[in-house]
Amino acid sequence: MSKRVVSLWFPRLASDRALRVRPVSGPFALTLHERNTERLYCLNSQAGAQGLSCGMGLADARAICPDLQTRPADPPADARFLRILARWATRYCPWVGLDGRDGLSLDITGSAHLVGGEAALLDDLHMRLTRAGLHVRSGLADTRGAAWAIAHYGKGIAPPGAARSSLTDLPVSALRLPEATVIALQRLGLRTIGELLDLPRASLTRRFGRDVVMRLEQALGDQPEQVSPLPDPPRFAAQMTLPEPIGLTADVMAGTGRLLEQVCTRLAEAEAGARALRLTLRRVDQASCEVELRLARPLRDARRILPLFERGVSAVDAGFGIDQLRLEATRVDPLPAQQLSPLRSADQDTLNDLITRIGSRIGLDNIRRFLPADSHIPERAFLIAPAAYSDPSGSWVALRPRPLRLFAPEPIAGQGPRPPRRFRWRRMSLSTGRATGPERIAPEWWLSDESWRTGMRDYWQVETRQGRRLWMYYTPQSPGWFVQGEFA
Amino acid sequence: MTRPDPHITLLPGAPLRLARCHEAEGPGATGFALALAAMLDGPLLWIAQSWTPEQLNPVGISRYIDPARLLLVTPKDQDDALAVAEDALRAGAVRLVIVEVTKPLSLLAGRRLQLAAEAGRTTALCLIPEGAGSNAADTRWHCAPVFDPADSTHARWEIIKNKKGTLAAFTVHWDEQTRRISLVSPPGQ
Repeated sequence: MSKRVVSLWFPRLASDRALRVRPVSGPFALTLHERNTERLYCLNSQAGAQGLSCGMGLADARAICPDLQTRPADPPADARFLRILARWATRYCPWVGLDGRDGLSLDITGSAHLVGGEAALLDDLHMRLTRAGLHVRSGLADTRGAAWAIAHYGKGIAPPGAARSSLTDLPVSALRLPEATVIALQRLGLRTIGELLDLPRASLTRRFGRDVVMRLEQALGDQPEQVSPLPDPPRFAAQMTLPEPIGLTADVMAGTGRLLEQVCTRLAEAEAGARALRLTLRRVDQASCEVELRLARPLRDARRILPLFERGVSAVDAGFGIDQLRLEATRVDPLPAQQLSPLRSADQDTLNDLITRIGSRIGLDNIRRFLPADSHIPERAFLIAPAAYSDPSGSWVALRPRPLRLFAPEPIAGQGPRPPRRFRWRRMSLSTGRATGPERIAPEWWLSDESWRTGMRDYWQVETRQGRRLWMYYTPQSPGWFVQGEFA
Repeated sequence: MTRPDPHITLLPGAPLRLARCHEAEGPGATGFALALAAMLDGPLLWIAQSWTPEQLNPVGISRYIDPARLLLVTPKDQDDALAVAEDALRAGAVRLVIVEVTKPLSLLAGRRLQLAAEAGRTTALCLIPEGAGSNAADTRWHCAPVFDPADSTHARWEIIKNKKGTLAAFTVHWDEQTRRISLVSPPGQ
């Protein structure tokens, strides 16, 4: 039985996708910023009918067609959409592969009869895709190359064994060759594949390299070419259905432990670690409860993850009992095998588990660490990063004394560039015993910071006779005194 | 025969029992917490409620301890803060847990912290508003910087509650070179 391949081409994939989300009437185009110009990336049919073409500058296009509506293109989203289409296409056959940026190839060998034959298959496919708002062209032939050529340049179905005859009238560009090669062939007057077929292969190879002959042979089926199907994304999930409903926390934990073993084994095979897990508990009355767990570090050690579930599981209302458990790693990060160092890792592990446990109570983002930052502005000299997503780094240097606590500047009464002798701060009467300063700090003019609008600051370390040691500043450009921090 | 509890000698004559809950109040309490942190190594947890305006400044702290040791936990209120502190004390993953308390601690809350500290063999320090401590604490310290025309680092630390010892007051100063607290003058009354 000969192979049969369908090639699908979505000539307006990007604009079809954009219009499916938010339709417009009239000429429409997606634009992409390329080589310093906005260029048309993909058009709808009305825009094409107005004489616009892809790659045209947006300014030119507007001159031709003033009522053109445009939106920015999003190629990664288009690629995702094509993958979704590929997944959908597995309803016709299991072997579906991507073909370039805007095409699919389906190996329907032996599966066409399931939908009533090849013609019926193509009809059904067209009908469904058109109903979804997609422009599509298709070709069906014995080889991937021939199917591609028919989809792009021809029409219909090439019957089995008729690859050669169906190709002869098509232009040479139907051979999936680089543009330069196509132009070189056309310069020699070789316009159709048929003319190419009449030439001796050896001289073609000599003149144009191996590409031309390879593509030709692939199209004719003399050289094999596979449709490589997309791999299924690995799923790290496990579930169990119980003959008798359970309700005790200990029982649910035992079940979770078993599922966790399976998931962790699979994670280990993929050299990955779970960052977030979801445990779904289905109750007898069909309601279901979910327990989410976010981990501070990617983990695949069932013994360490299980106790972290305890808090969530004990909060679940089991109702009349739970009869199905499902555990899924909802977020997975790579976790290559590492050599264990018994000295450090044990402490680090217990600390990470603690972060996870606290995170399950108050949110993982509320556990943070300080990282040094490169700025002389006191409140910008450090960053606060979530501890789960950062490692301690950098060295800390305090060239000049800095307060232990910082707060939003609090104005006090005072005049002149020297700290006031007596002042009131937070309903306390304080008198200056000793003042050290000033240390002038200029705002970072390249950043707009509301609190630095008053201009540069002269910082003073003020020791009051009452004991408090304050960090105060004077703003000479718009006179005023503020307290911003406290030592000790 | 009872084994003596593990302790560190913060100051001569003032041993501080580890794996217990201590309290510090007064304007110099942050300095006290950091001096204690400098004597214990390893990671430490600093729990401060997210709405409190007085932020720790890691650049200033770096004169006491390496800020990389510090994990800053910001729960939304005191109930969460105490629950997190208890979790952390029981886990035993850090040597020191510092909790900033904003409302008076009940005896129950103080006792829970004390039990968690003993169970996890971790030391706890509550930074409390003046007079808002719990009777369950092992020791309570009042700390305030002292104005001295000659030296700008002096502070007065006073033990105002002690379950297993006497009360005392010390004038101390932070020695940046050795990263230790040292006594300025002999303990007063």
